[in-house]
Amino acid sequence: MPKMNLSHFEAAFLFALFVSVVMGIVTKQTDRDRLHYGIYTFACFMVALFGLGWLMYLGHG
Amino acid sequence: MAVKEKEVKQPLPPIGAWAPALALSWLIPGGGHFLLKRTGRGIFLLAAITTMFVCGLMMRGAMFQPQSGDLLTTLINTGGFIGDLASGILYLMSVWLGYNQPDMAGAVHDYGTKFLVTAGLLNILAMVDAFEIAAGRKE
Repeated sequence: MPKMNLSHFEAAFLFALFVSVVMGIVTKQTDRDRLHYGIYTFACFMVALFGLGWLMYLGHG
Repeated sequence: MAVKEKEVKQPLPPIGAWAPALALSWLIPGGGHFLLKRTGRGIFLLAAITTMFVCGLMMRGAMFQPQSGDLLTTLINTGGFIGDLASGILYLMSVWLGYNQPDMAGAVHDYGTKFLVTAGLLNILAMVDAFEIAAGRKE
């Protein structure tokens, strides 16, 4: 099996994508709500990813 | 003044109604949804969980083995093992085919380990969803 070398961002992006898909599917009742919740979850992951990234960058000095 | 509404407990349907969907859902991610004729959702679950697991393997993530010791060691290793095992056939196949990656230092390996465990945890969510559909609690 080929080895995959990802950056922190790429790995976190993929993680957010897969988790958002499953969270969207299992939590809501209609397809429309599932899509909205999946996008919302993914957006939350991205905000946390960039927010924490900048926080660590600025905190590091 | 808030009035508390009593939640009516729904009786558990007979085991034959939900056990096959639950078992298939564990063995094959999204399998329970296929059995219950929720093909679209099943395809998404299968694709997301399988791709996540395969990414974990390609990042050379480590599989957990149950270990005893102090509370934290037991909790992390046993919990991780249950998470890995929850991936069903993906975990079984990778172990049967000889995947045995030691735990190594490095960000990519660490992400891989987390991907493998999270794929199993997401499959547990899919199992619960399949159970609720089979039990008639959800459409």
